Amino acid sequence: MEAATRNPATLDSVILTIDGRQVSVPAGTDILTAAKSAGIDIPHLCYDPRVEAIGACRMCSVKVEGARGLVAACGQSVAPGMQVITEDEELARRRKHVLELFLSEHCATCSGCDKSGACRLQDYAYRYQADPHRFGVYRPRYDGDNYTTLNKGILYDADKCIRCGLCVKYCETVQMAEALTFTWRADRMVVSTPGDDDLNDTSCELCGGCIRVCPTSAMLDKRAFHAGRNSDLQRVRTTCSYCGVGCQMDLMVDRQRNRIVRVTAEPGSPINDGNLCVKGHFGFEFVSSPERLTQPLIRRNGALEPATWDEALALIGSRMQEIRKQHGPDGLAFISSARCTNEENYLVQKIARAVVGTHNVDNCATSCHAPTVAGLAESFGSGAMTNSTTEIRDCKVLFLIGANPTEAHPIFGLEMKRALRRGAKLIVCDPRETWMAKHADIHIQHRSGSDNMLLNAMMRHIIDEGLADRNFIESRCEDYEAFAENLKGYTVEAAAECCGVDAELIRAAARMYAEGEPSAIYYTLGITEHACGTDNVKNVANLAMLCGQIGKWASGVNPLRGQNNVQGACDMGAMPAKLPGYQRWSDAEVRARFEAVWDAPMPQTEGLKIPMMIAAAGAELRALYVMGQDIVATEPNQAEVIERLKSLDFLVCQEIFLTETAKLAHVVLPSTTFAEKDGTFTCSERRVQLVRKAVEPPGEAKADWEILCLVAEALGKPMPYRDPAEIYDELASLSPMFAGISHRRIAEHGGLQWPCPSDDHAGTRFLHEGRFTRGKGRFHAIRHQPPREEPTPEFPLILSTGRTLYNYNCGSMSRKSAVISQKESANFVEIHRDTAARYGIADDEKIVVRTARGRVTARAAVGERVRPDTIWMPFHFAEESANVLTNDVFDPVTATAEYKCCAAEIEKLPAAGTERLGSKSHAAHATR
Amino acid sequence: MAPKMPWPTYLLDRVGLPDSHKLEVYRQHGGYAALEDVLRKPWKPEEVTAVVKDSGLRGRGGAGFSTGLKWTFMPDPAKDGRRRYLAINADESEPGTCKDRVLMEKDPHGLLEGCLISAYAIRAEAVYIYVRGEYRKSLAVLQAAIDEARAAGLVGKGILGTSFDCEIWMHMGAGAYICGEETGLMESLEGKRGHPRPKPPFPAGYGLWGQPTTVNNVESIFNVPFIVQRGAEWFRSIGTKGSTGNFLCGISGHVERPGVYEVPMGISARQIVEELAGGVWKGRKLKAWFPGGSSTGMLPAAAIDTPMDHDSIKNAGSMLGTGAMIVIDETVSLVEAEYVIARFYEHESCGQCSQCREGTQWLDQILHRIARGHGRVDDPALLESLARGMAPAKTICALSDAAAIPTLALVKNFAAEVQEHATTGRLPAGCVSILAAQDLQEAHA
Repeated sequence: MEAATRNPATLDSVILTIDGRQVSVPAGTDILTAAKSAGIDIPHLCYDPRVEAIGACRMCSVKVEGARGLVAACGQSVAPGMQVITEDEELARRRKHVLELFLSEHCATCSGCDKSGACRLQDYAYRYQADPHRFGVYRPRYDGDNYTTLNKGILYDADKCIRCGLCVKYCETVQMAEALTFTWRADRMVVSTPGDDDLNDTSCELCGGCIRVCPTSAMLDKRAFHAGRNSDLQRVRTTCSYCGVGCQMDLMVDRQRNRIVRVTAEPGSPINDGNLCVKGHFGFEFVSSPERLTQPLIRRNGALEPATWDEALALIGSRMQEIRKQHGPDGLAFISSARCTNEENYLVQKIARAVVGTHNVDNCATSCHAPTVAGLAESFGSGAMTNSTTEIRDCKVLFLIGANPTEAHPIFGLEMKRALRRGAKLIVCDPRETWMAKHADIHIQHRSGSDNMLLNAMMRHIIDEGLADRNFIESRCEDYEAFAENLKGYTVEAAAECCGVDAELIRAAARMYAEGEPSAIYYTLGITEHACGTDNVKNVANLAMLCGQIGKWASGVNPLRGQNNVQGACDMGAMPAKLPGYQRWSDAEVRARFEAVWDAPMPQTEGLKIPMMIAAAGAELRALYVMGQDIVATEPNQAEVIERLKSLDFLVCQEIFLTETAKLAHVVLPSTTFAEKDGTFTCSERRVQLVRKAVEPPGEAKADWEILCLVAEALGKPMPYRDPAEIYDELASLSPMFAGISHRRIAEHGGLQWPCPSDDHAGTRFLHEGRFTRGKGRFHAIRHQPPREEPTPEFPLILSTGRTLYNYNCGSMSRKSAVISQKESANFVEIHRDTAARYGIADDEKIVVRTARGRVTARAAVGERVRPDTIWMPFHFAEESANVLTNDVFDPVTATAEYKCCAAEIEKLPAAGTERLGSKSHAAHATR
Repeated sequence: MAPKMPWPTYLLDRVGLPDSHKLEVYRQHGGYAALEDVLRKPWKPEEVTAVVKDSGLRGRGGAGFSTGLKWTFMPDPAKDGRRRYLAINADESEPGTCKDRVLMEKDPHGLLEGCLISAYAIRAEAVYIYVRGEYRKSLAVLQAAIDEARAAGLVGKGILGTSFDCEIWMHMGAGAYICGEETGLMESLEGKRGHPRPKPPFPAGYGLWGQPTTVNNVESIFNVPFIVQRGAEWFRSIGTKGSTGNFLCGISGHVERPGVYEVPMGISARQIVEELAGGVWKGRKLKAWFPGGSSTGMLPAAAIDTPMDHDSIKNAGSMLGTGAMIVIDETVSLVEAEYVIARFYEHESCGQCSQCREGTQWLDQILHRIARGHGRVDDPALLESLARGMAPAKTICALSDAAAIPTLALVKNFAAEVQEHATTGRLPAGCVSILAAQDLQEAHA
């Protein structure tokens, strides 16, 4: 039985008696969960709240008055007046018997086991004093190779397996990867892959779920094998530092070796419910990478050489003050980091504004979701996900546009899979055939850059068919007439033509979305990374308002944020136009408040966004301070970016690795990863969560917030903060929307969702209930604009870029993991098989991709995931960067580049012919 | 040709006819008249269910649950608009059981007519007949019969020109005993491993592909047209109060004339062995017998006068099961016999539940060591406590019970022999080892 998350008020409750105690639980709850809610722990080995009851271990058998025989508590729903006994002499005897049978097949001893101390079999065997030798002793039977032998992440040891089936069920129904199955029967039954294929060749997504659900250690982390027993490790609850979902995970730390040994997560954790993706589970090796920066570097005679902190800070202080004197405060600029904590982002913008005196501060949201922040602010009044992650499962129609959550935001993807299992309908608008598209009721595979044609046609159809929510429009919205007038120019037929899809699909999608009870929109960079990104976002908002599908439980407009703290970086005002809490510096009251606390005048000139900083580098802009972002790898038109950065007088990088950008710097400061410092991240659902220090930083590396305090001091304005909590308190005192948030309260509540205006406020689950943040929702008349670069005879294909499941952004973190590298280590380009045939390109062949800006080589992944007129590349591989190719044209409002759409050409490698690269499993993945 | 019985018969009446599997022959002998009556009159579906329930027909697949009552568990179609299915369990795999095969191969249209009437009663839109993988001929004959019936407008859309639509599909098993368990059967039909599902939910609420489904045995369904035509009272007039109608008794083992016989419920076991099957072979004495397949507890020779009906056999300490009697003569070591059975269940356990997966394995090991003369003094006690941990109703499905019940019967009904075998390591006096004979066979193979 799945945990009920719907508004508790809407569920009937049932009262029953468990062990003489009256317990009240929602109808449909199973006995095991009901007992748990009353603090009664019924022993179980094959139960997990996330999967359907398996009922095979028989440990949870209880007595129910009137029932025939014993009842498995995991699979039996409660009934009013039910009388349950969970423990007595007979049940204890029964459990002891079952355990003895388990122990007779569990051919391992606890003394050599990593799981010792956290093994449920061990715990129960002790509790019931089960005799492992009652039936005899098995010798280990499975010491040979198996399907996990060649995999670097997962190891299956059948001798420790008690065949509870949790891994199989999790893989099949939660992850829906269907990579694991049982094979053979009876006591010969083991967990394997379909056809006993090597795990690397299956549909396994390396989410590590099988490891996390295993009650013994039959499924285990190969890289943690014999690296520390559970009882030797310290558990540190923290927030994942990859994408913006905000998963809570537990780092298992060996304090003596100062190492993270493995990562796990517990069911019931906020947001992710104990689920992790491959990056969360296996992607932590970068923390202890030998490539980490361990001491400051200063450029001397053209080369970066080790230096002391004092030397580096003195140099930064003197050079930046000189440049400020010569060129004014606006001659300097700061790039903050969506990877760093809220506190650190706050400090960067405070240094820029209060110490240097410029609004030249920005973060990578400009490259991704700035159109969301701008567009939704215009439409609704605040730019963030309107609903919460746990509401997804209650959604009845999911409308995904330009989003690939199973890869880019895997845990959102998992929640959507959960919604699908609960009967939700799915509409996917995406030029690629993603996992979600394959499982969709309607997949509109429209041409990249035709989103507004599609949305306008859908909305016109909704109005024509009388499916619009007139009541909502009249009572909650404004500017409807101009919007509706504009739609008259858009017909479904014209859109079908422009988008390259069937008109019927557009009509069906419009109807399905409008009629959903409720429907919700999820989008990501397929909407924002266009030259018309802000328009796209406003049009998505239009669609939601038109159908009244916003401001409700499980219904709204949900941008899925890309980085762990990109939401927070924006919240903290690490952008030119807004102060912390999205307050305008032009507002006199706001300005006065900040000036008083910061003890400095507020600068009065508009600041630069990242692309403008790059454009101005070497001209008006003389010095740039970059914290935790590899702009060479991530900004479009790479050659141009390198050229501009080289022309700066002074470039400082605060980094964990010597990235492509850091290699150009004059000073490089070694900073820390998420595992080496305290602070907070704000995830996509606006939840502020704690990041906790687990290990000591390498060498002389310092936490970013400490470095920033030192830099402020070097610039002549000391900031003596004791710890990140103190920084957060200052921030909260300045921004009403965070006023009720503090580190203490976050710990108490397991995270708080803003807005949280006061100390007694529990946070906000979903936005715009009854009233939009800006008052009335505002419709915008949006016209379709074709992409800035359309296919030409010279460049006849459309190139789009994006994220894969296994890697992450510039790859500096994810690619350090051996487990991930085994799965995906090199760049590739997806090509439709018809297109490949036309060019005579074979799958797995290395080819050249060209645009007007440059060329890269990559492996061809031939299949049917893209349209014949489109090719697609990931952007994770610095050595063959997709951003050599991408078009540096920008959204006029937010300066977000058009990463998703440019004209390109492919060709076979001139001489080498058909050099074959990569393992077979890459091809299998890409073409699946 | 079935021998003439000294009591009224109906189940096997057509079996001996030439070309009995053909539609033409079936029709000549009154075939499809019950279906015509139901559809043309027309009966209400609830009326069909009511007459079957009234007849007292109990499932012939082993559990003996009321067929009509099971049908009433299907949800009310007015409140539940989901698709509905009937699945026929023709995965006849219980050791000793071979009755459904006779019906399927010799009288396939009788089964099809039963399927159609039953589907009508529970408003199923399709029937799936899940045939044991080894029953190649049953599959072929049934498929040919379906094709014939379809051509004659008896299967598919608008059956007999009425508005009743019903499809019948065949599905061939792949050799797993567990797929004869109703939920394992449904999983297997869906293309998955035949792992039984935890109940609840029951098939009537959540069956094939999550839709309301009823699973019935071949012989149970075969009875339906007769009940519909001749009435519940007629059916109740045969057999005993609690067990009505005739049933097919497949008798095997150490008898002179093994085979499938149609007998009324309540007939004495002695009558079947001595009058129908010609008595224990080679003039030997009876030692033990299984009333209804290998999963029912072995009874001693003294119980041979027990009437063959659900209640009487239950009172004698066993189960009527599938009515497949297995007769064991005086030369057999019962530990060896039980070991052979335990080995079967050890091989066929699906592996999900701990008690069954490991329990069947240890039953097999312990019985094996006793049989081989390496038993321990406390092995009978260990067998008993192990079996008590497996049954009754302690696991997802009844396979664990099926493996444990005969073991429990062995240690209860034949305690002295088992204890002596375990203690001395020798076969009982006068017994010839089955295992030694098997060893010899394997050595020659």
